[in-house]
Amino acid sequence: MAATGESMTWRRVAVALPYLWLLVFFLLPFAIILKISLADPIIAQPPFTPIFNEQGGLSVTLDNFLFLLTDKLYAITYLKSVLMALAATVLCLLLGFPMAYGIARSAPSVRSLLLLLIVLPFWISFLLRVYAWMGLLNNYGVINNTLMWIGIIDQPIQIMYTDFAVFIGLTYSYLPFMILPLYATLERMDLDLIEAAQDLGASRTQSFWDVTWPLARPGVIAGCLLVFIPAMGEYVIPYLLGGPESLLIGRVLFDEFFVNRDWPLASSVAIVLLLLLVVPIVFMQRNEAKLEEAE
Amino acid sequence: MKQSRLIISILAFGYAFLYIPLVSVIFYSFNDSKLATVWGGFSTRWYGELFRNDQVLDAMFLSLRIAATSATFATILGTMAGLILVRFGRFRGRALFSGMITSPLVMPEVITGLSLLLLFVSLQQLIGWPGQRGFSTITIAHTTFSMAYVAVVVRSRLAAMDESLEEAAMDLGCGPLRVIFDITLPLIVPAMVAGWLLAFTLSLDDLVIASFVSGPGSSTLPMYIFSKVKLGVTPDINALASLIILIVSVGLLLSWAAMRKRSS
Repeated sequence: MAATGESMTWRRVAVALPYLWLLVFFLLPFAIILKISLADPIIAQPPFTPIFNEQGGLSVTLDNFLFLLTDKLYAITYLKSVLMALAATVLCLLLGFPMAYGIARSAPSVRSLLLLLIVLPFWISFLLRVYAWMGLLNNYGVINNTLMWIGIIDQPIQIMYTDFAVFIGLTYSYLPFMILPLYATLERMDLDLIEAAQDLGASRTQSFWDVTWPLARPGVIAGCLLVFIPAMGEYVIPYLLGGPESLLIGRVLFDEFFVNRDWPLASSVAIVLLLLLVVPIVFMQRNEAKLEEAE
Repeated sequence: MKQSRLIISILAFGYAFLYIPLVSVIFYSFNDSKLATVWGGFSTRWYGELFRNDQVLDAMFLSLRIAATSATFATILGTMAGLILVRFGRFRGRALFSGMITSPLVMPEVITGLSLLLLFVSLQQLIGWPGQRGFSTITIAHTTFSMAYVAVVVRSRLAAMDESLEEAAMDLGCGPLRVIFDITLPLIVPAMVAGWLLAFTLSLDDLVIASFVSGPGSSTLPMYIFSKVKLGVTPDINALASLIILIVSVGLLLSWAAMRKRSS
């Protein structure tokens, strides 16, 4: 839209409102996290040292970050969160790709219903969907009861409160995030290309790896990042399904803040988590830009 | 089109994986036994207890108020943001703006929650506001992350839309404000409605961010549910979950059927 001189004023107003909102409620809070991550914890209200001391000098410390780097527990927790998120991403892809493929290739009359059934869980509370698994995985839950009734096992196996339960919970909760972007790219794909490849003598596996997979790659990347990034910081799933030893970083951050009341350490945990996620987030935004251009 | 047997069985497995947990919750909500995993006969008594539980009703009312308010703010701000990104061309700070509007989509909830709480604490020290955390702070937090979703929905609608109508109106002497209100906005109303519904659902769904930014005495419905299920499976939460699952499913299926009828 061409901007005439008269329209400049309201244009500025229109930009300023959402801009200011995001500056105050999105960007400024990160500056505050950074500030507090450089403070010392004290027993006071609020529980951290001010950035300027009484003499007006700057008082910052890197102690929290040094602690995170040297304390083995935190290194293990970060590593475990990355591995867990990766494992869930891989399983989501293994299950999600054939599902997205099947939906994209289904008859148009059932396709919209199949798609609706993928989206539907989104609209049901995330918390309640995780809760539903508690009833299945319990020692006397549906799965154990069924297995015992069939006679495969004669006493319940411990699934609940293990890392395996967290893994299942993550895969379950984030599967739709994988399927939707995959479906979007697969649905646009020209089927003639595969047929042409096969007519020219390519086997089914060959035509999959040489034709389908490269064309679906933007969707694969989007789906993987949409699963990996939120799974890294997950709090509810490790809390409800995991045991005391399934410490993922999101839960550690929460507990550091609310249970130990160590605000500076919780802030530095958040900063390090953010640094770990900056690469995938930037990558994701690039990928989105590419997808938009392709349209 | 013919599907391979492998694909069909994976599809069946995938849908079973997605829906068995939900069906099992609904099944056990009619269980008379207080022990949630032992079948004690059919009963609807947990539904009755749910409606006599004031805590649940208060939390639900608070959640609905927050969801409606934040969805409305998010729709206004998110629509403006979408318009700015698609129709305003280049302006100073555009890159920062587009980064800020898309980042909340992927930001882990614990970070968003922590950062906003620290902001509110700092503001309270500096200017004395917010005196009490609760409705207002949760509403602000929810508006901030859901306006990003509204902006995405509105942006993709605008990007797919032909600009010629707006250009024609301008050529005929319409001022830019009138073009927005008479032409652009009416055309993107469906996207705004979809954005509002999405924002409303996201707000109702949120546990982590609300737990950070709320204060004593105000708990939303997810916060109430979480405080109960921390201790394990309980029959009244089964009933509550079943009600939510049923309401959402029926609503979505009905709107899907209505859309299908209109398009055919």
